[in-house]
Amino acid sequence: MIAQQSTLRHYETPLLKTHFHPRTEALNKLWSWGNWGGYTTVVSFDDVAMEHSAIRNSASVYDLCPMIKYRIEGPDAADYLNRLTIRDASKLSVGGVHYTAWVNDAGHLLDDGTLFRLASDRYRICCQERHLPWLLDSAHGFDVAITEETEDIAALSLQGPTSAEILRRAGFDIDGLKPFRMAEFPLGKGHLMISRTGFTGDLGYELWTSPDQALALWDLLFDAGRLHGLRPIGSDALNIARLEAGFIITGYDFTPADICVREDRLRSPLEMGLGWLIDWKKGHFTGKAALKRQHERGSDWSFVGIEIDGNVPADGAILYHDQKHEAGVITGACWSPVLKKNIALAQVRTKYAKAENLWAEIYALRELHYAKMMMRARLVERPFFAPDRRRATPPGRF
Amino acid sequence: MTYDALIIGAGHNGLVTACYLARAGLKVLVVEKNDWIGGAAVSRELYPGFTYSNCSYVSSLFRPEIMRDLELPKHGLQILPYEGGALFTESGGYLGMFRDHEANRREFARHSKRDAEAYDRYSRDILRNCRLIRPMLMRRPPDLASFAPRDLMELAWLGKQITGQSEAQIYDMMRFWTMSISDFLDEYFENPAMKAYQAVGSIIGTALGPMSPGTAYVLLHHAMGDVDGNVGSWGYSRGGMGGITKALTASLQAVGGEVRTGSGVAQVLVKNGRAVGVVLENGDELRAKRVISNMDVRRTFLKHVEEKELPEDFLKRVRTFKTRGSSGKLNIALDGVPKFTALPEGAPNIRGDLHFTDTIEKMEAAYDDWKDGHYSQSPFQDVMIPTLIDPTMTPPGKHFMSCFVQYSPPKIEGRDWTDADRDGFRDACLNQIEQYAPGFKSLILHAEVRTPRELEAEVGLTEGNIFQGELTFDQMFFNRPVPGYANYRSPIKDLWICGSSTHPGGGVMGAPGRNAAAEVLRDMKLPAKDMSDAYAII
Repeated sequence: MIAQQSTLRHYETPLLKTHFHPRTEALNKLWSWGNWGGYTTVVSFDDVAMEHSAIRNSASVYDLCPMIKYRIEGPDAADYLNRLTIRDASKLSVGGVHYTAWVNDAGHLLDDGTLFRLASDRYRICCQERHLPWLLDSAHGFDVAITEETEDIAALSLQGPTSAEILRRAGFDIDGLKPFRMAEFPLGKGHLMISRTGFTGDLGYELWTSPDQALALWDLLFDAGRLHGLRPIGSDALNIARLEAGFIITGYDFTPADICVREDRLRSPLEMGLGWLIDWKKGHFTGKAALKRQHERGSDWSFVGIEIDGNVPADGAILYHDQKHEAGVITGACWSPVLKKNIALAQVRTKYAKAENLWAEIYALRELHYAKMMMRARLVERPFFAPDRRRATPPGRF
Repeated sequence: MTYDALIIGAGHNGLVTACYLARAGLKVLVVEKNDWIGGAAVSRELYPGFTYSNCSYVSSLFRPEIMRDLELPKHGLQILPYEGGALFTESGGYLGMFRDHEANRREFARHSKRDAEAYDRYSRDILRNCRLIRPMLMRRPPDLASFAPRDLMELAWLGKQITGQSEAQIYDMMRFWTMSISDFLDEYFENPAMKAYQAVGSIIGTALGPMSPGTAYVLLHHAMGDVDGNVGSWGYSRGGMGGITKALTASLQAVGGEVRTGSGVAQVLVKNGRAVGVVLENGDELRAKRVISNMDVRRTFLKHVEEKELPEDFLKRVRTFKTRGSSGKLNIALDGVPKFTALPEGAPNIRGDLHFTDTIEKMEAAYDDWKDGHYSQSPFQDVMIPTLIDPTMTPPGKHFMSCFVQYSPPKIEGRDWTDADRDGFRDACLNQIEQYAPGFKSLILHAEVRTPRELEAEVGLTEGNIFQGELTFDQMFFNRPVPGYANYRSPIKDLWICGSSTHPGGGVMGAPGRNAAAEVLRDMKLPAKDMSDAYAII
């Protein structure tokens, strides 16, 4: 990445720059930057609505470099990951990707992420938080090597209806690539790995290469995307898309167990709507006993998608049952431009997880005074938005 | 003239007690043996134009509720946050600390990627313990043997705090309160310098080594303070630590309280089992309805109260109350900023705490010297240059350096310190700094050297113990200072104690003084005017 990073003088630039920084910096018209995991990342390049529209109408590029990446390799890699994560990693075939999560012994969520099987004895975990001590400690008794490789990989997310067409134009034959599969292509003097994955719930791909090919990849995409509406997006636009897709973010929708101070805020996969990931039959894994107990006994909290009346986003709103009893809290919310609805994700107490009579208390600051509203909140299935094009193979032109 | 309350010692706790009592309408007098106020929160000008923090040197524990109740900012108190620090390694490098989370992570990663990623979990565990203990600071501990409703209620409250946690957390808490910092840190970190840096707060003021059980709690004691809500942060008092006691004095005088300096108490006057006043060293006799001692418990009851007035069990406990001194202090006027060769030019770390002991083993070896009755040949030091932030203490370009040193025993091989011992102690410290900042010694304009001998003689701390009694678990909470007397009272009616010998212990915290005032007022059935409860932990 950028040379300043390993020097003694890191304190002069506490935030790191990603491999794509020369390009994102040039395009960031609003100079709107945020801290994502210690990296300088774009919040919005020029117009959040236009950026979101690109995700659903044409195509978008999002800089994924700050995602934390660990390489797990060795003869016991599959066994190790089966012990570490709640899903069955051995069922993942080479060239496959799956969404998974891992918990501590008490069954509390540490993080979720995507697991890539690069070879029979080599995987990559891609996630939001840093876990090196946990991954190393969990390797006790397994013949595996664990390497933090966040800086060694340059990654972009290319998402939107025209994303496949742009890749074709850039010279990559992705027609046979199915969702949650990946393929490798030559790129310059190096390689490009393309996985059909993403965080928008739309047709899209994630592109992984070595840092020396980063800028060439960016230029190649934007050249190929010129006639296909490609534009760079920041995290604000992505957040709207991921809410529409019903995806959770560690640290936003739940607090990861290893940094969570208040014990009543700890959440299990069952409480975060991730119970479907748990493979009860695969043998022992970390947290299984605790999760099994919770599964049998029932959990205190549930995670739900809701639609809220009106058009005022309900970020952070408290949910009430019958307008009286506190039922939970909204962890992420937006007006969905694609659904024309006010949507939200929420942690609710399980006894209200199927309740009819839920309300969101919204405080809308308008010209220095609050409009206070109690709005009807209706439980709905996630994802809120799931277009067929996301799964079509071969993918369409738009 | 009879005072409602006479307080012995114008240290921070004595002044806090005095302020609250005066605000409640009592006629209050504070008497101080020295010609200056401050106790161990004191700033004196020992070299022209240079203000020192002669004893305590940083602030974090001082309760913000007290600052606000007593309007200390209005009376001149200003606490300045400072920026991280550095631990220098013998190999010529350093491990830095920064206020910025990302800078910290990248700095730690230079030494160990694993440790860099372990730090957040470590911080969480420290914070969890802080959140548990902080609500206890401004409450009177229950008497375990009492069936009085208040004690039972307090015990129930305490039980609720503890059982409000998960089973796993209760186990962790019990382990944390009893284990050594070395064992505790081994559970998180692998890098020796990282461990040595994190261990700093576990030995300060304590006659224990980092491998001694109980030192993990001492770390907590140093981590539970905050600067403006930033838990674990430390800051400087603008104008030196004496700024705290100056503001307290101004606050006291503003509500009619008096301070009399220059003659200490010779004896507490006891009549029919009741304290009725004091006789000063200059012979003056002062009458008061109650006497409240800010001196440590041993000094109070073994030197200034006639033994025959005290029950044998109590005396025995007081005699065995551990006040083993372990620290010394160098206060240095500098002609310029020392250049630490390991630090890059302009690095902010120099504005924080600086250390030269790069492994737990070396810290422990410094403690071995103490056990042998010597000051450490290769001491542990906590060095600060507050004038890099505070413009008020020295002329521009000149600096004040505070060096807190461990270990330094109350006696040298069982005999008293001599001036030659003191000079040897000084040289061991200065030579160590010179090794990391060549040319440092040539910048020295003046140095005040304080071993336990000076701390006892000048400040009045028995054996030079900066906490008025060690912060070991056997001397904490309802056992501090003596079981059955954790309520700021004594066997003598109307003789009270309010210093760091009482719950919740040492450091410039003010909580003992505030709690003692609360008890006095409760005893008098007076409302505690202007006294806030501890801020809620949410």
